[in-house]
Amino acid sequence: MSIVVPNLVEIRDLHFAYGERSILSGLQMDFPRGKVVAVMGGSGSGKTTVLRLIGGQLRPSSGAVSVHGQVVHELDTENLYLMRRKMGMLFQHGALFTDLTAFENVAFPLREHTDLSEELIRTLVLMKLNAVGLRNAAQLKPAEISGGMGRRVALARAIALDPELIMYDEPFAGLDPISMGVTANLIRNLNDALGSTSILVSHDVKECFAIADYVYFLSSGKIVAHGTPAEMAVSTHPYVKQFVNAEADGPVPFHYPGKSLADDLGLHAGVGR
Amino acid sequence: MIGRFLGAIGAWLRRSLQDLGFAVRSFFIMLAASGGLWRRPRLVMEQLFFIGNRSLVITIVSGLFVGMVLGLQGYYTLTTYGATQSLGQLVALSLMRELGPVVTALLFAGRAGTSLTAEIGLMKAGEQLSAMEMMAVNPIQRVLAPRLLAGIIAMPVLGGIFTAVGIIGSYLVGVVLIGVDEGSFWSQMQAGVDLWKDIINGTYIKSLVFGIAVTFIALFQGYQAQPTPEDVSGATTRTVVISSLMVWWLDFMMTAVMFSK
Repeated sequence: MSIVVPNLVEIRDLHFAYGERSILSGLQMDFPRGKVVAVMGGSGSGKTTVLRLIGGQLRPSSGAVSVHGQVVHELDTENLYLMRRKMGMLFQHGALFTDLTAFENVAFPLREHTDLSEELIRTLVLMKLNAVGLRNAAQLKPAEISGGMGRRVALARAIALDPELIMYDEPFAGLDPISMGVTANLIRNLNDALGSTSILVSHDVKECFAIADYVYFLSSGKIVAHGTPAEMAVSTHPYVKQFVNAEADGPVPFHYPGKSLADDLGLHAGVGR
Repeated sequence: MIGRFLGAIGAWLRRSLQDLGFAVRSFFIMLAASGGLWRRPRLVMEQLFFIGNRSLVITIVSGLFVGMVLGLQGYYTLTTYGATQSLGQLVALSLMRELGPVVTALLFAGRAGTSLTAEIGLMKAGEQLSAMEMMAVNPIQRVLAPRLLAGIIAMPVLGGIFTAVGIIGSYLVGVVLIGVDEGSFWSQMQAGVDLWKDIINGTYIKSLVFGIAVTFIALFQGYQAQPTPEDVSGATTRTVVISSLMVWWLDFMMTAVMFSK
């Protein structure tokens, strides 16, 4: 990857495991400032774990994640929280506070971290909601809006403090094609308007390739390929090829690894096959 | 065989101690986090409304009926000894020392405790607590501590209300319906009840301790629940079971200390 801008986030020889179960091994990743970088891979490939490690919600087994040159797992709680103020995160299902209206959800980080007047908070919140097209839904609660709209409110909340880094965890999951397109455009436009850096964890090839500057492919906790979307689209790497073209057959097996059907049914080799 | 058995007991003991230590540590973390709430009293007041006000109806209705039953049963028993004039004292001491705080705590565990556990568990399942963490907001300080403080404030007030309504209930049955002498009812009560021992110790200190225990158990169970429907419902059940057992145990211990001669 030809890097012409400094990296906001760097991952070096990152390993992570839940007990004995290895989730990530030996990751090396760069997330340059101002870019939209997609981390793609199938379910269970460790994509969300990467986001949690960047946000400091998990501690690596070895290796390091650096944000702004600071090693995340070495920060104490106070400095970790200071760092998180410069981050915004969109969770897979929005994670909106269900007892608050869309307005109050977006106002939440502003009220928690600033001493702005109510008038100014109102202006800022309405601007953020306007940016995601939901200014007129400000007084609705999460239960009163659709999943796609909820995701957009969550996006407005994630950018409430104009973060330098925005992380998206499966922002397209479960959305209809129109909402998907709207969300994809918002991610790109907001990134460019705010001058922030975006990390996009997803398995939606079309949307990611349309808006990302660079793509990493993860499989079983390892980076199997990386490059620009154009390079990945024509990649001959078996995993990338299977993933991008949604092929049923390939390096990702259909069956969960384990005993064969013949073994399970107690049939001898050669008899039941 | 014996070695394996002893090993299993040792492992169980170690796990239990570890869990207990973790719970105690969590309690002090929550308590420490409530220190900063004086700057944001609104958070506590909101929870006082949800935990306290919304438990009022069940507390008042239960208190009234417990008092009425106590008045009736007390009257029947005292009639045997020709001591019906002591009904007021009997009812007041029973309610202030035991029934008031204990029954209120059990109701509180069922009404507010379960609601707290389910709320926190579902917030966790919906990644709301993770979202808060990622917004650099400490969920223990923002979500758990105000609820703990509100529970600690609400329980003694509810215990006092339960006791007062219970006395009114027994008055209605004993004096208004059955015809026990009103003067004896109140004067015996006044003479037999000690402010410090029966009201402060019996009702308020006990209720305060129950409030701390029940609210903490409810919050802890919710916070520790796995984000699955089964575990959130399991945590809600555990809140009621553990809180109830804890209330009985604490009541016995406090009664032994407070009312020993």
